[in-house]
Amino acid sequence: MSYKFDWTVLWSGQSGGWLLDGLSTTVEISFLAWWLAVLLGIGAGALRTAPVAPLRWAATFYVEFFRNVPLLVWMFFWYFAAPPLLPDGMREWLFDHGAEFWAGLCALGVYHGARFSEVMRAGIQAIPKTQFEAALSTGLTVTQTYRLVILPIALRLIIPPATNESLNLLKNSSVALTIGVAELTFQTRQIETYTAKAFEALAAGTVIYLLLCLTIAALMARVERRCAIPGMIVRGGVEGF
Amino acid sequence: MDIQVIVNNFAFLMLQGFFGLGAFTGGTLRLAVPAIVLGFLLGIFIGLGRLARAPWLRVAATIYVEFFRGVPLVMVIFWFWFIIPVLLGRSLPEYGVALTAFVVFEAAYLGEIVRAGIQSVARGQVEAATATGLTRAQTMRYVILPQAFRNMIPALVTQFIVLLKDTSLASIIGYVDLTKAAQIVNNREIRPFELYLFIALVYWACSYAMSRYAGTLERRLNSQTA
Repeated sequence: MSYKFDWTVLWSGQSGGWLLDGLSTTVEISFLAWWLAVLLGIGAGALRTAPVAPLRWAATFYVEFFRNVPLLVWMFFWYFAAPPLLPDGMREWLFDHGAEFWAGLCALGVYHGARFSEVMRAGIQAIPKTQFEAALSTGLTVTQTYRLVILPIALRLIIPPATNESLNLLKNSSVALTIGVAELTFQTRQIETYTAKAFEALAAGTVIYLLLCLTIAALMARVERRCAIPGMIVRGGVEGF
Repeated sequence: MDIQVIVNNFAFLMLQGFFGLGAFTGGTLRLAVPAIVLGFLLGIFIGLGRLARAPWLRVAATIYVEFFRGVPLVMVIFWFWFIIPVLLGRSLPEYGVALTAFVVFEAAYLGEIVRAGIQSVARGQVEAATATGLTRAQTMRYVILPQAFRNMIPALVTQFIVLLKDTSLASIIGYVDLTKAAQIVNNREIRPFELYLFIALVYWACSYAMSRYAGTLERRLNSQTA
């Protein structure tokens, strides 16, 4: 192995600024896509249990189609295939205002929305039917039952899988580099191109991703403990062997 | 909508892109199938390491799993893309790089499936095996693992679906899989809508069929053990 390490490339020249830019773009696109995904996820997750069949079919179609196709294909689809369908003026405006960012945002949000809805649905289905019946018998309407009983419990139950899914979204934002979004992985590659120091650049990017993920996971673990419903969530599972 | 572009390039997209039969070393299946098999073999060791008595083994396996689950796959592919030539002193074809990256990355996730599978075996089985005089290693080999593997099958099918979709990322280092094949055709034909929709449908058909299969397996398993 004849590789000369030179860690100074990370703070000399423009590298530091690039990494920060990349980090902020990653956080920005992930944060916006997260909101889109959560809204779509709750909507589709709820519609899949709706009493109206066409609504149920539409939600099922959305979920099954979008989550079973690779995110990379969605990136290309939203960036290359979708804009030509727009009116000319809108398309030109879009390409003047960072079309790759918005395409990446749509791809991430819509793809993860389909995955979030499965988490949501599993959360609602994990609640014993008796909770629903008990709420109705106290005189609450169906909407009130959902709003005051089912959803508050479901949202607390899904914290661990939803955290997992949110971290997946954050990591998957790296796929947006393929359509030219200057996020963290993109900037890492840029540093590598300019300095020819692949190892140092990749290490910096990797450490930033790890820190982001571990921080969010630690925060959410605290939230999960605080929101745990006594007697409903068994933490840790079976130990030994 | 112009179906002709799909018809004209159908053989290239499917044979070269999906199955890997053609002039390029490529193919979605040719990467995904060896990756899941080798990744599972490595995953068994990771999963056993996570449950080992020796603390250093447990810590090492945990670090492995947490590291790879905390890093994007794109990053891992770039790592191998740049590091393998430095370590080997020569470059490896895209196939070798992609396969190594996928095996190492997937092993972290598969290791967790192995661990969960082992932990799903009822504790009484361990005690019964120990009572018959089997050693710890024998208990694992003859009693726990055979039952654990059966429990793991639905999760393994699900993980294979994830892997199949993830192999599209190998296209970023130039590996000619289904996604790259569509890009190549699109560069010539400029028909992004038809081409990307077509490969989306191919991926969808595979993933959806397998996820239905995983669901059936799971139900069958639950009815057997219940």
